[in-house]
Amino acid sequence: MNLRQLKQRFVLHLDPVLLSGLGALLLVSLLTLYSASDGNGARVLGQLGNIAVAFIVLWIIANMPLHWLMRIAVPMYVLGMALLIGVALFGEISHGARRWLNLGVANIQPSELMKIAVPLMMAWYFEKHEATLTWRNHLIAALLLVMPLALIVRQPDLGTSILIAASGFFVLFLAGLSWRVILGLLVAAAASAPFLWHALHDYQRQRILMLFDPSQDALGKGYHTIQGMIAVGSGGLMGKGYLQGTQTHLDFLPERTTDFIFAVWSEEFGFIGNLFLLGLYVFVIGRGFVITANASTYFTRLMAGSITLTFFIYTFVNIGMVTGILPVVGVPLPLVSYGGTSLLTLMLGFGVLMSIHTHQRLVKT
Amino acid sequence: MTRKIELKNSQREIHFFRLRLFVGLGFAGLLMLLLLARVFYLQVLQHGHFDTLAESNRIYVVPIVPNRGVITDRNGVVLARNYAGYTLEVTPDNIRNLDQTIAEIGKLVEIKPKDLRRFKKLLAERRSLQTLPIRTRLTDEEVARFAAQRYRFPGVELKARLFREYPYTETTSHLLGYIGRINQQELEELEAGEVAANYLGSEYIGKTGIEQYYEKVLHGVTGFEQVEVDAGGRAVRMVSRTAPESGKNLTLTLDAGLQEVAVQALGDFRGALVAIDPANGEVLAYVSKPGYDPNLFIDGIDTESWDALNNSPDVPLNNRALRGQYPMGSTIKPFMALTGLHFAARSPDFSISDPGYYMLPGSRHQYRDWKVGGHGRVDMFKSIVVSCDTYYYGLATELGIDRMHDYLGQFGFGKRTGIDLEGEVPGLLPSTGWKMQRHQQIWYPGDTVSAGIGQGYQLATPLQMAHVTATLANGGVGYRPHLVKAIQRETSAPPQPLFDLKIPAQDIDLVKRAMQAVTHPGGTAAGSFYNALYPVGAKTGTAQVIAIKQGEKYDEKKVSEYNRDHAWFIAFAPADQPRIALAVLAENGGHGSSTAAPIARKVFDYYLLGKLPKPLKKAAVSDTAEGD
Repeated sequence: MNLRQLKQRFVLHLDPVLLSGLGALLLVSLLTLYSASDGNGARVLGQLGNIAVAFIVLWIIANMPLHWLMRIAVPMYVLGMALLIGVALFGEISHGARRWLNLGVANIQPSELMKIAVPLMMAWYFEKHEATLTWRNHLIAALLLVMPLALIVRQPDLGTSILIAASGFFVLFLAGLSWRVILGLLVAAAASAPFLWHALHDYQRQRILMLFDPSQDALGKGYHTIQGMIAVGSGGLMGKGYLQGTQTHLDFLPERTTDFIFAVWSEEFGFIGNLFLLGLYVFVIGRGFVITANASTYFTRLMAGSITLTFFIYTFVNIGMVTGILPVVGVPLPLVSYGGTSLLTLMLGFGVLMSIHTHQRLVKT
Repeated sequence: MTRKIELKNSQREIHFFRLRLFVGLGFAGLLMLLLLARVFYLQVLQHGHFDTLAESNRIYVVPIVPNRGVITDRNGVVLARNYAGYTLEVTPDNIRNLDQTIAEIGKLVEIKPKDLRRFKKLLAERRSLQTLPIRTRLTDEEVARFAAQRYRFPGVELKARLFREYPYTETTSHLLGYIGRINQQELEELEAGEVAANYLGSEYIGKTGIEQYYEKVLHGVTGFEQVEVDAGGRAVRMVSRTAPESGKNLTLTLDAGLQEVAVQALGDFRGALVAIDPANGEVLAYVSKPGYDPNLFIDGIDTESWDALNNSPDVPLNNRALRGQYPMGSTIKPFMALTGLHFAARSPDFSISDPGYYMLPGSRHQYRDWKVGGHGRVDMFKSIVVSCDTYYYGLATELGIDRMHDYLGQFGFGKRTGIDLEGEVPGLLPSTGWKMQRHQQIWYPGDTVSAGIGQGYQLATPLQMAHVTATLANGGVGYRPHLVKAIQRETSAPPQPLFDLKIPAQDIDLVKRAMQAVTHPGGTAAGSFYNALYPVGAKTGTAQVIAIKQGEKYDEKKVSEYNRDHAWFIAFAPADQPRIALAVLAENGGHGSSTAAPIARKVFDYYLLGKLPKPLKKAAVSDTAEGD
């Protein structure tokens, strides 16, 4: 194998279109992180390391044949469930939530694994029963979603719950869940809202209340939302200029390298910058739709669709939260916020997308 | 066949899936548009609003306190000044363990129990985020010691500040008043007056006296520095600066030398002395004794000093010149004489034969003259010189209380003089209407008799007596007594007369000559003005504190000190061309002639001749005439 062949082998399962979109978003991430951390190079280098690791994972997954993915669906799901139960029983409490499991060698957050494992399992299940699909199968698939979801809601981890619920729902939806059931679910959700409200934790209720009037506790619970909106709004059409954001650099903006990084970008690059950033997300999501539409098997279609739509939900929830139309839930801006775990999960998802796209292309040719 | 069906199924399935996918795509697209609209709303439509919010986050306005105006006397002698010094100030809201922090500070800088007590008192009254001084007037060494360790004390600041100081302490206390820390009530008043912004950085406000009355002028205009701060409140850089405008300096009408002489002359008496330039109402001396040290009040007085001042039987905090109301006694007689002339109730030549008492027609009650056996034949001139009571008992009865009220009121009795100090009281000039309203009683003829010698319901403040004396000395043309001559060296227009009683020249002449004779041999104040190098017009007075029963004689030795008579003395000099008019009141001083007149002599000697008095003894020179 000469160098050229090696290079060919390396890029064989990478989708250049998707990859360019991801690369652009990651560049935005590094650029914004540098500003958000007040020119702290270590933060940027750290994220660069995270990107490197996540990229390797993406490459490995992209090179995995599809039947391998099918094969790991069940063990991954079972393992994830086991770990979630472990968390519920022996998990470590930090900041009032039980999310982490100490395995002796490392602390892990099993809910993160479930972001992929749940849709994978559901897609696998639908693929298995493709020929004889009835409402019974949908019910079982829904149970596969609800079981881990219940455990994660109990931790509590609202952000992850929403994302997993979305990913699972999209599988059900794409698998043809009857409109009547969807409508029924919506009605049921509306009807049970008061009970759900009751079931929420105090701090979760606070966050939702803050959404309607953040100023009622401007220095407390509403502080995040208010400062985020001020940062975004004060950016204006053209932004204050790179490294010039006052909300960012005078420490008014909380969580500015993680959940509120959108506000940093918005403040410094303005509405024009946001057109560009939202454009990048639309590009990546669009590519995801194209891959989904061209996916050859039931499993891959469901999987690709779910990954794409979940990525969109990820983006929507974060930006909606920073701009004050959604309550503050701990959802980072995908690919841009600092943090290795979420990046890893996302890139794993994109690896699956690339695998789906490139392997069937190989099959076709 | 089967293969075909399967293919068809798969086709349909893909079609069905794509339909779902498009629904998902539409859903995502709509929400994306929602985000875009939201961002557009925030960044384009609401940009102005959020920009303002971001600016107010970032820009912190630091007030720059103006220097308070300096107060000097008419000759430029400094009475209230500012000096630079260091305080150690604590912001309790920013300190986790206050007691421990104070203990730690105490290791570097001496904190006396007195400082601590004062701090505790301030702590209880503080407004939120206010900084409070734990120690004032640090020595250079203490400043250096703390400065080296300041990093250990977040929330504790070493502040270079200007301090107020009153070098004359007790001598000028009732006149200047003092500044003190702004309290909650004053803050609310500032807010109500919409001047709170000017006091953003100010910690002090004039509490009494000139400092209070001229607060607006003395305070100045606060400057501002716009500073960029981070979320932790740390200043990052300065954005802009508006310089403060210093408070204006005040030049008083007061003569500090005269003031000192007056204080000394009053000696240990409780009482007051006010001296006025009759030609324009300028207050030359303003004394209320005992005084207090106003410097104690500036940074909050400690409880012990406060209790000492507040509980003293001498009531040093009482501004007697302004707020002390006393029966005026015989000092009212020259004014009564003018009232008699005004209403033609008496001609100058009319004389009575004084048996030593007065009886109302149809009554056997004797209103006694101070002199047993009487003064013999007494006309108006003599009535003033010897202070004949019987003459005025009759005059008052003839005039009636309401006519007395009307004319004496024009002189300024029973009214505030309008001096530039807060809290002046009006005294009391009774009338039949007043008595009915106040006591629901009719006016008895006997009330009028004692009113004739200033011993009834009438009350006057020492300031008021000085004011009416100055008016008399000036021939009936009155000026508003005032303490400030110039603001920032800009002398205002010469004072205009407040009123002119248009007293006929011969009338005023008669009264003034009689008052002059008071200081001549045979007059009630002759002894005190023996050998005076200038002519003096005067009148003595004695105000009873307790009533003496019919047929009993007042004996100074028999009554306790606080029940002794008050001694009054009013005078002006030189009598022909008055440059100074004054009123002296010595509480429980006994006779005006023996106690109050010598005090006036010392003040005149200094003012007119530049003569400094010898150290005074209490209960001074005795007089030839015993006085009224």
